[in-house]
Amino acid sequence: MTGADLLGSLGQLLGGKIQDRTEFRGETTFRLLPADLREVALFCRDELSFDYLIDISSVDNFGDEPRFEIVYELYSMKLSVHLRLKLRVSEDEGEVPTVSDIWPTADWHEREIYDMMGLRFAGHPDLRRILMWEGYPFFPLRKEFPLEGLPSDMPDVAFTSAAPLEGGPFVTAPSTATTKDREPRARRPTDAL
Amino acid sequence: MREVRPAAYDSKIEGNVIFTRLDAAMNWMRKNSLWPMPMGLACCAIELMATASARFDISRFGAEVMRFSPRQCDVMIVAGTVTYKMALAVKRIYEQMPEPKWVIAMGACASSGGMYRSYAVLQGIDQLLPVDVYISGCPPRPEALLEGLMKLQSKITGESSFREQKRELMQKLDGVMA
Repeated sequence: MTGADLLGSLGQLLGGKIQDRTEFRGETTFRLLPADLREVALFCRDELSFDYLIDISSVDNFGDEPRFEIVYELYSMKLSVHLRLKLRVSEDEGEVPTVSDIWPTADWHEREIYDMMGLRFAGHPDLRRILMWEGYPFFPLRKEFPLEGLPSDMPDVAFTSAAPLEGGPFVTAPSTATTKDREPRARRPTDAL
Repeated sequence: MREVRPAAYDSKIEGNVIFTRLDAAMNWMRKNSLWPMPMGLACCAIELMATASARFDISRFGAEVMRFSPRQCDVMIVAGTVTYKMALAVKRIYEQMPEPKWVIAMGACASSGGMYRSYAVLQGIDQLLPVDVYISGCPPRPEALLEGLMKLQSKITGESSFREQKRELMQKLDGVMA
């Protein structure tokens, strides 16, 4: 069976579960409902040899409904095929089923998404923060969180304060110039681009 | 006629005796045996290791004895990005160092947060510790760290070491003199 056959048969087998199928430059993306995730994941692993979960990431489409998106990158070592699964999660719901028992590597990926984006994973064995400390009150990668941070204090653990975004040795200059010119670098704040 | 006899003169030690101020002697000993606490937190630590290695050879300045216990250190070299998660640990390690102690903020991140204007990075270790020498660079070259070390040495040369170390005795003496 080749990769194309595999993905074609997957589309047929899971026809009802797949909300949307996208092909872009040879990359296949399936959109699922969160409720179907575990069933599809188990099928992908056991029947279709997607034995490697490369990454899980989350996207904050602030202003859209549903607001969040979770992206699973799967890979089959046996057939050298990539597959991308996407879920949409509303802010009110904020929870999807875990896949950490299906691919153990998902444990820390899901913890990172919980830490940075505040989405919870039902059934996760150890859903703690992974980068920030327990008790940090914000989810820093959400769009409404300011770039400079917010002040917080956990006595004897850690504190944060807002970073100044103007002046200093590395200055960002917002404009429509190229990325190379916009990036933070050593320049006087008064220097125009 | 009274006989003039120099006290405790011994021709064998002639030339080995020098007269100096106590502060100058203490400072001379301190500045030439600075034992660093290598607080390596990011890429600056690589340059710190290069400085300690043969090509740049920090032992020419008596500072090659990197100690990984803060209780045996004189100077903390904060080499790298201090995140808020690490900040209080750095402070705690500094507090475990015995007096007299100094701090070198090595590189842009330790000095000011550097390019990390973000929620996660302390904007300069000087918000928590009294920094003696700031070294610019991202990361600084080993020569820059050696220059910073020499700046610290010249700073130590000017300190009133005895007065600072024996504060109570000096207060008592000042009282007697007054």
